[in-house]
Amino acid sequence: MGKTIAEKILSNKSGKNAYANDIVVADVDFRMGQDGTSPLAIRAFEAMNGKGVYDPESAAFVIDHSAPSPLEGVSALHALMRQFSKENNMLIYDIGDGVCHQLIPEKGHVGPGSLVIGADSHTCTYGALNAFATGVGSTDLAAALISGKMWFKVPETIKFVCHGTLPAGVYSKDLILYLISQVTADGATYMAAEYTGEAIQALSVEARFTISNMAVEMGAKVGLMEADDKVMEWVQAHSNHKFEPVSSDPDAEYAAIKEYDVSQLDPYIAKPHRVDNGVPVGEVAGTPIQQAVIGTCTNGRLEDLTIAAQILKGRKVHPDVRLIVAPASRQIYLDAMETGALKTLVEAGAAVVTPGCGPCVGTHNGIPSDGENVISTANRNFKGRMANNKAFIYLASPATVAASAVKGEITDPREFI
Amino acid sequence: MELRGKAHCFGDDVNTDYIISGKYKFKTLDMKELAKHVMEDLDPDFARRVQPGDFVVAGRNFGCGSSREQAPLALLNAGVGAVLAQSFARIFYRNAINTGLPVVICDTSLIESGDELLVDLEKGLLQNLTKGIEVPIKPLPSVMLKILSDGGLAEHFRKYGTFHLE
Repeated sequence: MGKTIAEKILSNKSGKNAYANDIVVADVDFRMGQDGTSPLAIRAFEAMNGKGVYDPESAAFVIDHSAPSPLEGVSALHALMRQFSKENNMLIYDIGDGVCHQLIPEKGHVGPGSLVIGADSHTCTYGALNAFATGVGSTDLAAALISGKMWFKVPETIKFVCHGTLPAGVYSKDLILYLISQVTADGATYMAAEYTGEAIQALSVEARFTISNMAVEMGAKVGLMEADDKVMEWVQAHSNHKFEPVSSDPDAEYAAIKEYDVSQLDPYIAKPHRVDNGVPVGEVAGTPIQQAVIGTCTNGRLEDLTIAAQILKGRKVHPDVRLIVAPASRQIYLDAMETGALKTLVEAGAAVVTPGCGPCVGTHNGIPSDGENVISTANRNFKGRMANNKAFIYLASPATVAASAVKGEITDPREFI
Repeated sequence: MELRGKAHCFGDDVNTDYIISGKYKFKTLDMKELAKHVMEDLDPDFARRVQPGDFVVAGRNFGCGSSREQAPLALLNAGVGAVLAQSFARIFYRNAINTGLPVVICDTSLIESGDELLVDLEKGLLQNLTKGIEVPIKPLPSVMLKILSDGGLAEHFRKYGTFHLE
């Protein structure tokens, strides 16, 4: 019987002929933790009597969620991570290096066919590179640091086939917000999602990351894509490792196959306080906003900053709006300086913060006030997500956020294109 | 394992930000401190009201969102004996078992806040003592039962030094 990408990667890494619902113990190619999860992993490592990190060059800590530290308590946890990584010869990416889900691909740690676990739910981002990459908790991370292994239930796969061509002004963020609104927050729970079709193939690798990043917002374990020429070129430009692309067999068995024609799609917005609360931008256009955010592991890449800069070029951020920009990595920061995109954003009135998670998770860098509306390129809009449960978060593409920042209200970006 | 306590009911899609907000969890490893804020954005009084052994009862997709293990740990440290839901998000489900918080998949639609419940994990049965109703519970996968019966994944590793599941 044919296999899905998920079944093939977990078979390869476990040495078993595995199919959906089998339990396997598999060799993990790369392990990652961030500053919200690694300190607990270190505690679990100690509780397990861990003596060292297995293959420490394939394990990294990233300090990105509260970076630089805004509080004494956080500083102590960062110090713990630095000390542990030094003692165990692990990699560490410190403040200013960027957000984990940009760094792990950008630094060449992951590619087609890889098996990666990260103690962060958006680890599924690397599925865009044809990697089985999934989020775990701190105790699982500790176990994988010690053993280099992890147990998995092989997931069933739900395939999303996206036909057609995205219209001008409509981006991969709009597409994934639309898909999540269609299948809901638990529509793919326990399952692998495969995203395919000509609308996906037409996207750049950067734009694809946005889609795989949000697979977990439909409950999925991984958000997989095929490794086409674009992926292979991207990976070769970032890594010296050899990777073997993995494709689904034509006779692979799927839990469901969902087909969409995206040619008429509008820019999409997820309204507060649910990611699956998506509507076409027209339904909320005119809603006043006080803060706009461009960045995060979902949409802080060069392409995103460039799209925003094109809209903000020669314009000013509305006087009632704060625009916060967080490049996803130091390299992207430098690249956006080089291309002039960053200059354009700053001239328009943006406040640029340290590469990393920015204000997404309510640790720092722009906590909204009571009753304020925030439009953000992030991946979550839960009540209290940005540290104020009386604020309202709308999720959108970089273009929609930029257009909204100019007008001071939620705006269809096609007005500016 | 038999568990007894009162139900505290919540709805569908209770995410990990609601269980313990990001604004608290990055600051400390003191789970007793985090436990004071558990479920705060949904029910500001919950942490004060919950009694040791009580159950959090929810609808679908409990624990969706982030991978923070502080979520099950804050519930455990608040005294919650188990979480009962129609379904769980997968990372939370793993984290709960790994840290030793029992998670029970069953039909929760007839449970109301304040109901006295008795859960027998071995028999796979939930008794609603207040309403006199019995509901079957979905058995845990054998791998997870093994980890839970070892006292969580840390204890499992302390015992075997690696995964010993097959």
